[in-house]
Amino acid sequence: MKCENYMELEFPSKSANEAFARSAVACFAAQLDPTLDELGDIKTAVSEAVTNCIVHAYRDTIGVVTLKCRILPDDVLDITVKDKGCGIEDVEAARKPMFTTGGEERSGMGFTIMESFMTQLKVVSSPGRGTTVHMKRKIVRRGGKA
Amino acid sequence: MNLTSFLQDKRLTIALRGEIDHHSAKDIMRVVGNKIDLYLPRLCVLDFKDVSFMDSSGIAVVITAVRRMREISGKVVLRNIPDQPRKVLKASGIEKIAEIEERSPVYEM
Repeated sequence: MKCENYMELEFPSKSANEAFARSAVACFAAQLDPTLDELGDIKTAVSEAVTNCIVHAYRDTIGVVTLKCRILPDDVLDITVKDKGCGIEDVEAARKPMFTTGGEERSGMGFTIMESFMTQLKVVSSPGRGTTVHMKRKIVRRGGKA
Repeated sequence: MNLTSFLQDKRLTIALRGEIDHHSAKDIMRVVGNKIDLYLPRLCVLDFKDVSFMDSSGIAVVITAVRRMREISGKVVLRNIPDQPRKVLKASGIEKIAEIEERSPVYEM
């Protein structure tokens, strides 16, 4: 698929980078002229995906998180969040609401929110090798834009 | 983390602020928990007016408050929720365990 613009980021799985990651994606997405609502959805989904890397993939260690954004034809923002952490044994179970291995501090709503806030969500994981989350969001073109 | 709060007639209002994510949530949970333990209110109001961003970590903050308040037979009310946090809270079905105040009262007596 033809990609009209892209960016790639790499950062260690430190929780201070959660805010950085979602803000960076929001800045990149700004060229599609999204509404505040769309921007909020994208930031939330990115925050969930990156938090998963930090809390679950690299549970007691620090590893590399790779974040890629592409702009595809028809104003589709394509986001990939990749880690080389522990992986997910049962992706289907992990995607269910309230499922968490993170204890009382986590709500288990991460994948549910990514799913409901984005147009498309795909999770590819292999235990021991890592997880890649692919998300797509179509930005609705508003009147008045050239 | 310093959160403004006030207590009136066994109602504890805590003003949350800034961005609530996994990075900040731990501190917020601890502060909210400590305030509930200290004042033992009947009602705990979490005010979201100054929350500029929230992800699912905020849901865990609310759940923690609800748990603490249940232990002392109290309730949690969520107030002044901006659109972005509201969407996250609604997606989680939080209204089943905490009341969402639909309109912010103009004057608080």
